[in-house]
Amino acid sequence: MANVLAFAEQRDGQIGASAREAVGVAATVAAASGGDAHALVLGGPGVAGIAGSLGAVGAEVVAVGEHDALAEYNPEAYVDVVVDRIRAGEYRAVVFPATTLGKDLAPRVAAKLDVPMVSDVTAIDASGAMLVVTRPVYSGKAFATLEVEASPAVLSIRPNVFQAAVRSAAGAVESFVPTVDPSTFRMRVVERRAAAEGKVDVSEASVVVSGGRGMKDPANWQLLEQLRDALGPDVALGASRAVVDAGWRPHGEQVGQTGKTVAPKLYFAVGISGAIQHLAGMRTAKTIVAINRDADAPIFGVADYGIVGDLFDVLPRLTSEIAALRSGD
Amino acid sequence: MLSGRRRRTCILDSGERELNVIVCVKRVPDTEARIRVDATGSAIDGSGIKFDISPYDAFAVEAALRMKEAAGAGEVTLLTLGDAASQETLRKGLAMGADRAVLLTGSVGLDGLATAKALAAELGASDAPLFLFGVKAADDDQQQVGPMVATLLDRPCVTGVSTFEVADGRVLCQREVEGGSESVEVGLPAVLCITKGPNEPRLAALKGIMAAKKKPLEEKAAQVVETRVRLRTLAEPPARPEGRIVGEGADAVPELVRLLREEANAL
Ligand SMILES: Cc1cc2nc3c(=O)[nH]c(=O)nc-3n(C[C@H](O)[C@H](O)[C@H](O)COP(=O)(O)OP(=O)(O)OC[C@H]3O[C@@H](n4cnc5c(N)ncnc54)[C@H](O)[C@@H]3O)c2cc1C
Ligand SMILES: Nc1ncnc2c1ncn2[C@@H]1O[C@H](COP(=O)(O)O)[C@@H](O)[C@H]1O
Repeated sequence: MANVLAFAEQRDGQIGASAREAVGVAATVAAASGGDAHALVLGGPGVAGIAGSLGAVGAEVVAVGEHDALAEYNPEAYVDVVVDRIRAGEYRAVVFPATTLGKDLAPRVAAKLDVPMVSDVTAIDASGAMLVVTRPVYSGKAFATLEVEASPAVLSIRPNVFQAAVRSAAGAVESFVPTVDPSTFRMRVVERRAAAEGKVDVSEASVVVSGGRGMKDPANWQLLEQLRDALGPDVALGASRAVVDAGWRPHGEQVGQTGKTVAPKLYFAVGISGAIQHLAGMRTAKTIVAINRDADAPIFGVADYGIVGDLFDVLPRLTSEIAALRSGD
Repeated sequence: MLSGRRRRTCILDSGERELNVIVCVKRVPDTEARIRVDATGSAIDGSGIKFDISPYDAFAVEAALRMKEAAGAGEVTLLTLGDAASQETLRKGLAMGADRAVLLTGSVGLDGLATAKALAAELGASDAPLFLFGVKAADDDQQQVGPMVATLLDRPCVTGVSTFEVADGRVLCQREVEGGSESVEVGLPAVLCITKGPNEPRLAALKGIMAAKKKPLEEKAAQVVETRVRLRTLAEPPARPEGRIVGEGADAVPELVRLLREEANAL
């Protein structure tokens, strides 16, 4: 029997979908290993209050480390706390969400433990003695299936791929106060510029509305913003590199090879040609819609649904139809 | 082209601590490349594929060169773990303006920690205050080698850095996080993992290409540890189901909305 640990990231006192997915994966692997899933939450004093909800997604035990220095992420504070918990637990695997935080933290933890890690996992087979995982390589142009010979195996899982489990049980919350000495930190965050209230990041949104050079002018983004608002919450704007490089949109919105990889349930590509480097970032979206006036644009090769036409005609109509649909719900 | 400075026995061991930078660069298939799995089912078919410096590594080289140019001093060294073909990639970086290069010959497959150990074995002997990495290599996409090297060498490390400035032994980094950004200050020596920033990597000019031929490129065997992540199979992604053009112009919108709602269950 072997237990599995999930690192359940909290951000601004909220446990997001990617953290719940990590707990769900831990629960699945633990079940196949005859053990339990544990979750680890780190944050400032009081963060234990949000941790109980992790029981409902599969965590038998929720360990919560509370300390002022853990309120906001700093790897100098987090790594040792996480490593200590892992060492104490004899886990078969440790699962991180492949978020910005997870991608920063997990490799440091693996290196400290002297175990390899596998990033951005999209499938796991825990039935055998050796953990077998699948992950995209070459920007999603191929998938590698790998045997991981390590104990624990450190994994990060791609957001939006795994389902969070649902069960009607509460996890046992165990709070602890780790020793953290901020005077030893070699780096510090001097300024945080948070996103606007309620704005979701393109890498985490369940629906993405992306615009490309076909939008013609940054002022026209109001058309995409209107579509985003009509689609409801959990919708983010994305962009092609062409418009980011032109300074029309911030780099944080860029989707693709040198931007973000997204796997939303619905992706709109508006005025985007569909260059291979753009596809690298969005080809695993569940449903892809393309709006482009060029019927030969490569984006139609990956789109599930396409409209050939002038986006300036199509967008307002699309926004009003979707708004009407949602208000009728 | 050593600008009259004394040659050093160890390329990574440099006298002027302040401004020397080592950039880890990897040779990867060009981003345009179509990736096909070969008959063995465990490797890609390399025929017809062009290779290049991994895109984020090119941003890191550009950042290092700009830093050197702004300071008017210092040395930019490139470090690669790879096979002999990586010489070509390193020459390209030298042609962009880097001063010297080291090629560690060896292979570690998809085990990021094994790669990190091989690089750390070399970097650990250097007192260059700044090591730069790309945030991720465009073949393995692991996003782990930089922070792993930093951890192995006990250096602080900032990831996702789009721009940075060095002053008074400290680096101020601009870093992207979900839906926002932050400024992070880190003391030297440090490791930075570079993401796409405002400065497009330069193309090598003919003069740079000529100069690169004379720049030092040292080659030596990597210290490779056993790989603990083993490739079972490599597969091409499942083909997306054939899509369809719903119609032309705004008149196609109602049908699109109906399909999204009833067929795709996406609204
Ligand atoms: C190393 C490398 C990395 C890269 N990384 C990325 C990346 O991360 N992300 C990325 O996106 N790109 C990336 N690129 C760039 C990529 O190759 C393309 O140049 C880019 O994606 C093109 O952006 P676009 O589709 O907006 O512009 P274009 O290719 O110019 O396409 C504009 C489209 O808009 C359509 N259009 C124009 N007007 C209208 C209208 N009125 N109505 C409807 N349609 C209209 C046109 O038919 C055309 O298809 C990278 C390139 C390289 C070399
Ligand atoms: N074989 C290698 N040789 C040199 N640098 C490498 C190598 N592999 C990875 N790196 C560096 O580590 C970064 C992250 O790689 P990865 O963790 O594989 O995505 C790359 O952008 C390079 O800077």
